[in-house]
Amino acid sequence: MLRKRIIFTLIYSNGFFMLSRNFRLQKVGNLNWLERNYKFQKIAFSLDELIVLNATKENKSINEFATMISNLVDDVFIPIAAGGGIRSMEDAELLFNNGADKIVLNSLLIKNPYVVSELVHKYGSQSIVACIDYKKAGDTNEVYIHDGTHKIETTLEEYIDYVIALDVGEIYLNSIEKDGTGFGYDFDTIKRVEKNIKLPLIIAGGAGNESHLIEGLQVEGVSAVATANLFNFIGDGLPKARKKIIDSGENIARWNEIND
Amino acid sequence: MNLVIVDYGMGNIKSIVGALKHAGVDNISVSADHKELKKADKLILPGVGAFGQAMGKIKEKNLDQYLQDIVISDKKPILGICLGMQLMGKSSSEDGYNDGLGLIDGEVRKFNIKNVRVPHVGFNQVKISKKSRLYDGFSEEADFYFTHSFRMTSDKDINQSMCIYENEFIASFEFENIVGTQFHPELSQHNGLSLFRNFIEKF
Repeated sequence: MLRKRIIFTLIYSNGFFMLSRNFRLQKVGNLNWLERNYKFQKIAFSLDELIVLNATKENKSINEFATMISNLVDDVFIPIAAGGGIRSMEDAELLFNNGADKIVLNSLLIKNPYVVSELVHKYGSQSIVACIDYKKAGDTNEVYIHDGTHKIETTLEEYIDYVIALDVGEIYLNSIEKDGTGFGYDFDTIKRVEKNIKLPLIIAGGAGNESHLIEGLQVEGVSAVATANLFNFIGDGLPKARKKIIDSGENIARWNEIND
Repeated sequence: MNLVIVDYGMGNIKSIVGALKHAGVDNISVSADHKELKKADKLILPGVGAFGQAMGKIKEKNLDQYLQDIVISDKKPILGICLGMQLMGKSSSEDGYNDGLGLIDGEVRKFNIKNVRVPHVGFNQVKISKKSRLYDGFSEEADFYFTHSFRMTSDKDINQSMCIYENEFIASFEFENIVGTQFHPELSQHNGLSLFRNFIEKF
């Protein structure tokens, strides 16, 4: 049976890893800080995938980001998806060549669907994750691009259909409102839209502890749960959380940790 | 041990090199040069992307005939990964119809999107063939990381280990010196590293 996944998301900006709350960023530490507190070579067995997003607001440099990815992924043998600021085939290629197994697209989905099609054609749907950032507005949800700064004129439901038609491989559905709060995922919206998403669905925004992750994994149409909370899972937080999730009976992968 | 990763311009080579090094392989090169491939003790055929485009690039570098020669006639051990594995089959229905390298008897078709979420992404259990060398030391089932929209089936016995998504499909095969995995050993944690070691030691 296909297992569900636990994904850790790293938010990166200008040389530092960040804590994000409702898309407002707070500096946590650089790559050395990350390596000290999150030894991915050691704790990778508690994660199914890693997503790294470049949320630098001004003068986003894809070259600098690619170099950081390259340093980060050495000796980490899990799938890495990277994105933030991909505007062209060349940008995507740079990330793939520096160790990304998948790329994450956001603004490009609406700004240049032609490049998205080219990327799908060249790298296959399975290499492309579509990140959708949304925020509640009354009874509906609004969709934002450019790191949550620009609203686009569509409803979340319409936008999901539009993105699926681009033939991307997965959807990363991120609630701006729940982002970084640690209050749990936005299940109202997730449960409303999951049935119409015939792609693997990753949910993000709001997970603060393993019960939130478990609650997310229990939603039928959810393929993966993501958390970006750098403080709540520090040290051996992730291995411990994974163990609790396995003990609770959730369908996630089991690996032999001791034979290597 | 001289291992060459066949470079035709499509594939997540960095992850594969990293995992092989960790598994203890020290002499790894990445090349499309016929002489380099001939000298190799073992080959890896990587691949990410579309089948037709990949076959096009392989033909551009005159690698199709050459791979058939050194793999079928010289019996050089080769491991195809993901799209690399699919390319070893007879044909694929991706983007119309495309011939593969025809190293083994296998057909590649898309999952039916009416029945399952496509692509098939994540760890899934592989039911290991009883005659397997590739999974030496594993128990009957093990989790490996998949990410693909097309899958291979075969009517022949190519010592396949199976996975279930929608229906049964080939997770891996071990036909004499020709080995393929639909999943990514390089992204499958300890299970993947053990599998790489078995390919190096037992083929």
